[in-house]
Amino acid sequence: MPKSLFQKVWDAHAVRTLANGQTQLLIGTHLIHEVTSPQAFGMLRDLSLKVAMPHRTFATVDHIVPTDQFAEPFADPLADAMIKELRRNCAEFGITFFDRSTGKQGIVHIVGPEQGITQPGTTIACGDSHTSTHGAFGAIAFGIGTTQIRDVLATQTMALGRLKVRRINVNGRLRPGVYAKDVILHIIRILGVNGGTGYAYEYGGEVFDRFTMEERMTVCNMSIEGGARAGYVNPDETTYAYLKGRPYSPKGAQWDAAVAHWRSFASDPGCSYDDVVTIDAADIAPTVTWGINPGQGISINERVPDPQTVSGDERTSVEEALAYMKLQPGAPIKGTRIDVAFMGSCTNGRLSDFQEVARFLKGRKVAPGVKAIAVPGSQGVGVLCAELGIDRVFRDAGFEWREAGCSMCLAMNPDKLVGDQLCASSSNRNFKGRQGSPTGRTILMSPLMVAAAAVTGTVADAREVFAVADR
Amino acid sequence: MALAKITSVSGRAVYVPGNDIDTDRIIPARFMKCVTFDGLGEFLFYDVRKNADGSDKAHPLNEARFKGATILLSGLNFGCGSSREHAPQAIQKYGFRAVVAEGFAEIFFGNCTTLGIPCMVAKREDIARIAEAVNANPQLEVTLDLDAREIRFGGQVVKATLRESDRDALVNGRWDAIGELLDGRSAIQATAAKLPYLAA
Repeated sequence: MPKSLFQKVWDAHAVRTLANGQTQLLIGTHLIHEVTSPQAFGMLRDLSLKVAMPHRTFATVDHIVPTDQFAEPFADPLADAMIKELRRNCAEFGITFFDRSTGKQGIVHIVGPEQGITQPGTTIACGDSHTSTHGAFGAIAFGIGTTQIRDVLATQTMALGRLKVRRINVNGRLRPGVYAKDVILHIIRILGVNGGTGYAYEYGGEVFDRFTMEERMTVCNMSIEGGARAGYVNPDETTYAYLKGRPYSPKGAQWDAAVAHWRSFASDPGCSYDDVVTIDAADIAPTVTWGINPGQGISINERVPDPQTVSGDERTSVEEALAYMKLQPGAPIKGTRIDVAFMGSCTNGRLSDFQEVARFLKGRKVAPGVKAIAVPGSQGVGVLCAELGIDRVFRDAGFEWREAGCSMCLAMNPDKLVGDQLCASSSNRNFKGRQGSPTGRTILMSPLMVAAAAVTGTVADAREVFAVADR
Repeated sequence: MALAKITSVSGRAVYVPGNDIDTDRIIPARFMKCVTFDGLGEFLFYDVRKNADGSDKAHPLNEARFKGATILLSGLNFGCGSSREHAPQAIQKYGFRAVVAEGFAEIFFGNCTTLGIPCMVAKREDIARIAEAVNANPQLEVTLDLDAREIRFGGQVVKATLRESDRDALVNGRWDAIGELLDGRSAIQATAAKLPYLAA
């Protein structure tokens, strides 16, 4: 019987059925960071437990690192205590730590793929909901809580119920100026922020076949914003080409065996899905959010909703969102003044994101009064941007070019909105207060749309600002 | 490591209305700069409960009549967003022992079970009835019955559900899986041995 990748990976990693009917699932690769792991190590100590497979856990530091200060101690003593605690835990339990001195530090969902740790046909867990990113490689990757981090550290397994699988096809061709970020914002808009509850999303179709690994990562990254615990793309030649030669990728004779093994995990033709959704790529426009969850999105040329035209729950949601965002009912989103432009995060902080923006940003200037920051997702991305002169393009335009970290995506570090500042952001969440100010406002969009907002000082159509069709 | 068998939760309830209440709202990220979960309770719903100067905003949790409530009532997709266990930890440390909503985000739901916090799903109109009764009499005792899959309050009964694996874990006192997971050691080794990438 033909099987989906999800079924195959699940079956290969299922250890046994637990008393409550859940599966004890082997987690082949465990990624940790400084925010959600310290309590888990504390629990291990309390129970006098060891780490079962220390060589299968990898650590980095991302959420709390300042992006404008490399030297330690950090100005924030709490942040300083957290990085020291992670160092202590990794040293004590024998875990590889991509610390800042290694040149390999960065956002956990950028570091894993970059190092070749993220591989097809594997299970991955991390105490971070954007772990779904790693599904881009044909891995099944779960965001987990701290008690489950303890479980994975102590046993390399966790208890989990099997998910259903929804296949999402995006066929045809994306129009110029439409990016992977628009694809996932569009998917969440039509399926809803809880549409994926109980599902893993399998993304496919012509658009995904053509996508680079970094584009696939952008989409898989935001699966959780649609309520899906995991999202993945079947591995193919693009996947293997990306992995070849990376530090943790198999070498020599093992490489061919690994590729054959990886290939075997791809969904079989004719396998059954619990649900199938098909989208025409031509229907996807540059998409921006107008509200306070990632499903509240519209195309750049639409108007924000008017609560008078909807009823019930939706009216309440629209009213709450518009009041928070200080937007007028039925107003065009285009032209809304912004205060901050943020380019980075685990969604859009990879080399290709900066490369694409730099192509258009050359010779342009950030609008007066706009604070614009560009934050590479890893030290590796930062180095590549420097080699290619990309950082220079951003700096010349008036962006601040920073050190690697999560930065303004979630404001656990000094990069925060102030008051009710409005931020054009390439990150993944526009929740109330997400970017650090309880009244701060976020509009999610693709990196090129962030650049368009930065240079015009308003929410703008990047296709017009940069004459995208002519390039 | 005997765990409590959580077959029911009884206590006073408070209704925090709204859909898609995310984990950033439950516990803003800046309060996660900590290496233990101690003290998170006081920051529960902080930015919607407190003004910048620390004074109270209008919020059900700030109303004296709802102090001491142990059951939290809410809307659809409660706990969406981040996987931070800090969210259910803050809920528990504030004093809540159960949550009733129209629906839950998955990671949050699982994190709650692991801490022994039942998350029961009820229909909107039924949650509204409980909320109405509690609003009229904040002292009213509300009982979540995990065996009968119902919620009782002031002589009324409404249906409530809980995913079977989680209900089983709670009522049988195995909601913290660590013991059972550790018991699987030999089976873990056998499964790992079949996967080439796990060779040391």
